[in-house]
Amino acid sequence: MNTVRQLDRVVIRFAGDSGDGMQLTGDRFTAETAKLGNDLSTLPNYPAEIRAPAGTLPGVSSFQIHFADSDILTPGDEPEVLVAMNPAALKANLRDLKSGGVVIVNTDEFSKRNLTKVGYGANPLEDGSLDDYQLIEVPLTSLTIGALEDYDIGKKDAARSKNMFALGLLSWMYSRTTEVTEDFLLKKFAAKPAIAEANIAALKAGWNYGETAESFAVRFEIPPATLPAGTYRNITGNQALAWGVIAAGVASELPVFLGAYPITPASDILHELSKHKRFGVTTVQAEDEIAAAGAALGASWGGALGVTTSSGPGVALKSETISLAVSLELPLVVIDVQRAGPSTGMPTKTEQADLMMAMFGRHGEAPIAIVAPQSPSDCFDAMLEATRMALRYRTPVMLLSDGYIANGAEPWRLPDLADLPDLSVDFATEANAVDAAGEPAFWPFKRDPETLARPLALPGTPGLQHRIGGIEKADGTGDISYDPANHDHMVRTRAAKIAGIPVPDLDVDDPGDARVLVLGWGSTWGPIGAAVRGLRDKGVAIARAHLRYLNPMPANLGEVLARYDKVVVPEMNLGQLSLLLRGSFPGVDVVGYNKVRGLPFTSNELQDALEEVIKNG
Amino acid sequence: MADTAKLGGAVKLDAPKLKAKDFKSSQEVRWCPGCGDYAILAAVQSFLPELGLEREKIAFVSGIGCSSRFPYYLNTYGIHSIHGRAPAIATGLATSRQDLSVWVVTGDGDALSIGGNHLIHALRRNVNLKILLFNNRIYGLTKGQYSPTSEPGKLTKSSPMGSVDSPFNPLSLALGSEATFVARTLDSDRAHLQQVLRAAAEHEGSAFVEIYQNCPIFNDDAFETLKNPDTRDEALIRLEDGQPIRFGDKAVVQSGYGLEVRDAAEVDEADVVVHKSDVDDPAYAFALSRLSGTELDHTPIGVFRSVRRPTYDDLVRGQVDQASEGVDRREALDRLLHSGDTWAVL
Repeated sequence: MNTVRQLDRVVIRFAGDSGDGMQLTGDRFTAETAKLGNDLSTLPNYPAEIRAPAGTLPGVSSFQIHFADSDILTPGDEPEVLVAMNPAALKANLRDLKSGGVVIVNTDEFSKRNLTKVGYGANPLEDGSLDDYQLIEVPLTSLTIGALEDYDIGKKDAARSKNMFALGLLSWMYSRTTEVTEDFLLKKFAAKPAIAEANIAALKAGWNYGETAESFAVRFEIPPATLPAGTYRNITGNQALAWGVIAAGVASELPVFLGAYPITPASDILHELSKHKRFGVTTVQAEDEIAAAGAALGASWGGALGVTTSSGPGVALKSETISLAVSLELPLVVIDVQRAGPSTGMPTKTEQADLMMAMFGRHGEAPIAIVAPQSPSDCFDAMLEATRMALRYRTPVMLLSDGYIANGAEPWRLPDLADLPDLSVDFATEANAVDAAGEPAFWPFKRDPETLARPLALPGTPGLQHRIGGIEKADGTGDISYDPANHDHMVRTRAAKIAGIPVPDLDVDDPGDARVLVLGWGSTWGPIGAAVRGLRDKGVAIARAHLRYLNPMPANLGEVLARYDKVVVPEMNLGQLSLLLRGSFPGVDVVGYNKVRGLPFTSNELQDALEEVIKNG
Repeated sequence: MADTAKLGGAVKLDAPKLKAKDFKSSQEVRWCPGCGDYAILAAVQSFLPELGLEREKIAFVSGIGCSSRFPYYLNTYGIHSIHGRAPAIATGLATSRQDLSVWVVTGDGDALSIGGNHLIHALRRNVNLKILLFNNRIYGLTKGQYSPTSEPGKLTKSSPMGSVDSPFNPLSLALGSEATFVARTLDSDRAHLQQVLRAAAEHEGSAFVEIYQNCPIFNDDAFETLKNPDTRDEALIRLEDGQPIRFGDKAVVQSGYGLEVRDAAEVDEADVVVHKSDVDDPAYAFALSRLSGTELDHTPIGVFRSVRRPTYDDLVRGQVDQASEGVDRREALDRLLHSGDTWAVL
């Protein structure tokens, strides 16, 4: 009989060849885990190559899940359990595994040929190199084929179900139920019942193997987490962004127009929105990044909610159009899912190095509003915020996501749509001025004195015909103007309009006696939060705050920063927010913690770095 | 005249009640004296009432260049955008607003150089846009550099030893881009210009109109061959549907894979090509476009090609309309959020 041991948290990584179905395996394990009420966070990692040669290191795909009986903030620094479907998966992932961790390997794949392919001189299962780990050897392929002998499928198809065998085994080990996956398989393979049955059989065989094989003395249980009541689902950042775009259309009562050009890691937003035309969402896959932004701006002029999605290289191409939108004072939401740059960089890897581009990457004085979501599910709300600013202030808004939250997933408590903000726009329908001849006229730049926003008269509105353009306009009339004083006034007015957008004050989480503040932005929210928790558990005092609004910044930011001896700013860039803070608040001692390895920070490294700063006063 | 669909869905009035002056904006027109743009503007202003549309249903989109100032001078909705991007911006507008008649005004540099990509893609998609390309074969606004339609060897500020660029033939390019409507006209021939505008307006989908336009400052008399009474009869070919293609004492016949100009006297009447703009195979219109190069010796004007193909904006809207018919967006969003694997925490 197996012993059942309680754990409060565990990090598991499934790794295999691109063709081994590791993303599906991870996704299903996640669904089972969510169903049990654990809090969780996941991160997929796949090769940039679409089909790298089988069994090679570049072909390794993995999926990491961190789940716990309490709320958690990251997919976990180091896996405690590694499932390696082949030697390449073992080699590529072993260095991340926690010392003493569990390695479950598919021994069937450890042939001399496969070992040689990835440069193993000796079989690591035999040469003692895994002595620091708990090695569990399972002939996954042959067990799966054996289990499916009586099914009406070929040997090759049977072998392909080995990921379900592995899932069944892990589900047993961590006391998950498999019904969710069984339902899923029946639906997924509805047209191929034989495949569905075989996969379910493999899943159950894996479970039963755990139950009966003597390799497994212990089984684990992770009790449910206590989370706020509600209905939850698991969601990635890109999916939440796409749904946020739909919600923004609903909240603004405008048709949505997405102009996009495929680019990693933003393409999934285009894919997702293309499926949802029933929401009045038009998606145009444009000929290039420039046209994607241009078409969105044209649609915006016509009264749609214009959105364009991309990543760094594409946003660079959109720069001129964004400047035009600044000059025309038209709403436009630009989503930048940042990746490691410059240039092609590492397209599937994360980075936060587009902040300066978002702030200043345009010609002329062209300020725009910037908002950055802090986690996958937060992308939904961030999109609503970006839309609010864009529509109300007639301005481009940059939403800075990144590869980490775009592909990472976490449980999301579904919002009550009755709470959606009202983002509707009052378009002009009547003349707002009188021309020289005493006739009613429409002045496209006669601003609202409170918001400085200009009136928007949609093409098609009778009597309000007017022309706008990128040439400087006289404030008020909107006529072409080269008047020096007017240009100075317009530049300052456009800047004041953005600076005057109200954003919530910065919340500070301070235990009361902290002398050091850690300030992050965007996707570092999770790792920073976990690091701060770790420090406080050790009795170290530290305050934390997280910037969601990068432009304009919260009104109380200067006052908050001034309260602390030091402000540590971790960023996945070489210090871009640090530079902004030093420029705006020269008296503050800003200490950057910067890494650009294409990977999210681990909470352990942040904890060490923060402790170092606190210790050294 | 055009029916509703052909004008991008804009609802036509019973009878034109507007005059040319109704389409003049309050802005002072500021092109160089003698610029061909004045003639085109006047022709367009006096043509627009024919559309039978209220002014607010018409939108002009332009890029950058002398020609792109055009929208400022028309009392319609207008947007003067950025260099080369007008077709992209207009695509977004036309796709999201079926009720508007959307026009693009561009030039040889704007459309064929910096904005070449947007032009060819708008044409292949067949977006319901009327694209007027003012071709003066020179960069005017930047004060006289060679353009992608300048003749080889042209002496300009940026080519003091002569341009070594091979030019585009704009109509060949448009036809190669799967354009469904391709025409050419002249700034100085108001009747012909308006006739071509009329045909373009009636066309469902992208209509590409090249207008030879004189730049008196940097490329004066570029099209003189086609205008001078001494030369024009031997150079200008007026294409008319159903009519044999003859001009001066010449006629156009099939030759090899293309067309050829021959002395009419040497040609059998039956061999003279009869113009048909609705020939489905673009090879014919392409062959017409190759009758003259930059030397303008045999230059057809008129409608080269006019065929029907579903428009991009109709197809896009069709999908959205079909998918969204009767959908309560808020309710559907709630269902979307709750779709797939969800779980309750009590």
